[in-house]
Amino acid sequence: MNDTYDVMIIGAGAAGLTAGIYASRARLSTLILNDGAIGGQMVLTNEVANYPGVETTNGYVLANTMKKQAKSFGCKIKSNAKIARYHLEGDVKSVELEDGRTFSAKTVILTPGGRPRSLGIPGEDTFKGTGISYCATCDGDFFRDKEIAVIGGGNSALEEAVTLTNFASKVTIVHQFDHFQAFEHAVEEARKNLKIEFVMESEPREFSGNGSLQSLTVEHLPTGEKKNIAVDGTFIFIGYLPNTEPFKGLVELNERNEFVVDGEMKTSIPGVFAAGDCINKRYRQITTATAEGTVAALSASEYLRQM
Amino acid sequence: MKMLQTEIQEIESADELQKIISENDNVMVCCGRMGPMCIPVYDAMEELEEERENVKFYSMAFDNPEAHVIRNAPEAQGFMGLPFTMYYKNGKVANATSSIQSMDQITSVLDEHFN
Repeated sequence: MNDTYDVMIIGAGAAGLTAGIYASRARLSTLILNDGAIGGQMVLTNEVANYPGVETTNGYVLANTMKKQAKSFGCKIKSNAKIARYHLEGDVKSVELEDGRTFSAKTVILTPGGRPRSLGIPGEDTFKGTGISYCATCDGDFFRDKEIAVIGGGNSALEEAVTLTNFASKVTIVHQFDHFQAFEHAVEEARKNLKIEFVMESEPREFSGNGSLQSLTVEHLPTGEKKNIAVDGTFIFIGYLPNTEPFKGLVELNERNEFVVDGEMKTSIPGVFAAGDCINKRYRQITTATAEGTVAALSASEYLRQM
Repeated sequence: MKMLQTEIQEIESADELQKIISENDNVMVCCGRMGPMCIPVYDAMEELEEERENVKFYSMAFDNPEAHVIRNAPEAQGFMGLPFTMYYKNGKVANATSSIQSMDQITSVLDEHFN
């Protein structure tokens, strides 16, 4: 099968769905190819209370509304699309899926998003779900009156550590630097909580246990000294990575592997735009992603007019 | 009363779950909440429901008192991450997983036990 579209969007998070809404509403034939959950990181948000015009909602509902909006304007969405190869140069761009299908378009909007960073140390996969978690809201109550660790030093780590003290008897924050990257109010909140202890300038090296997590080994970076911390659980909040690996060597990336874009969301390749958590920017919010998706779609539309 | 906002059919009682697993060879049940670890699993199930006619896909609310049959199942002992996902083959638990699972991880279990 070989379909040619005006706009092909890679990824169906907030940026991709918004680009799909704008492009299809402009009567451009639009296809979204997505692998993973529709809504991207947006669906990982329990409560969305700062999306203008919507008093409060959750990420799943917001993502589904965006999906319905895009479809209502004629946007096609193909899920579970595992892309094997990208051909982004020239007037007609194309992608080849692992199942052999090929799709082409005159413009491409890249919105592959990001994913939570994992530690990649021994035991992390083994104890996922039996002690290791990435969501305090989801799993906090499994650790009532237990001793746990939180890995990270950003806003998520410190805020979630404070939340977890509602359940756990003790929370040890392990952070690689001697200071936190979190906002000062989050640091203060954590420091004044008597249930929280700090292990600074240290990195996790191994998780161990018998059936469930029992111990976390950390290394003190200045001295190289290792010690074991007895824990029943560990929550990991160490940031996000952009999903840009397939584009290395194809599209210009910066030192953090984010797409380099200008104010019109143009990448280094004519006719290829990017938006969302995968671009060079500081703030990653649903509102910023939707704004960039809008700009990318309008820029793609302008590009098509000038072709 | 239904508690989950997903397209997956929700089981509301232990008796209903028992009836479903006794009447169907291959059943996958995701027992969770509307949280960030659970939603991607429901989404994957929605996708798979269209592709895998030999498997019945259901959700069950973790906070539904009737979900004790899953929460307290021997196969879920030691689970400390939502959702608890159970795979029933001919009425018996063939596999169980805790916490978020990717599409690849889910299809791997389905391929191993339900093909």
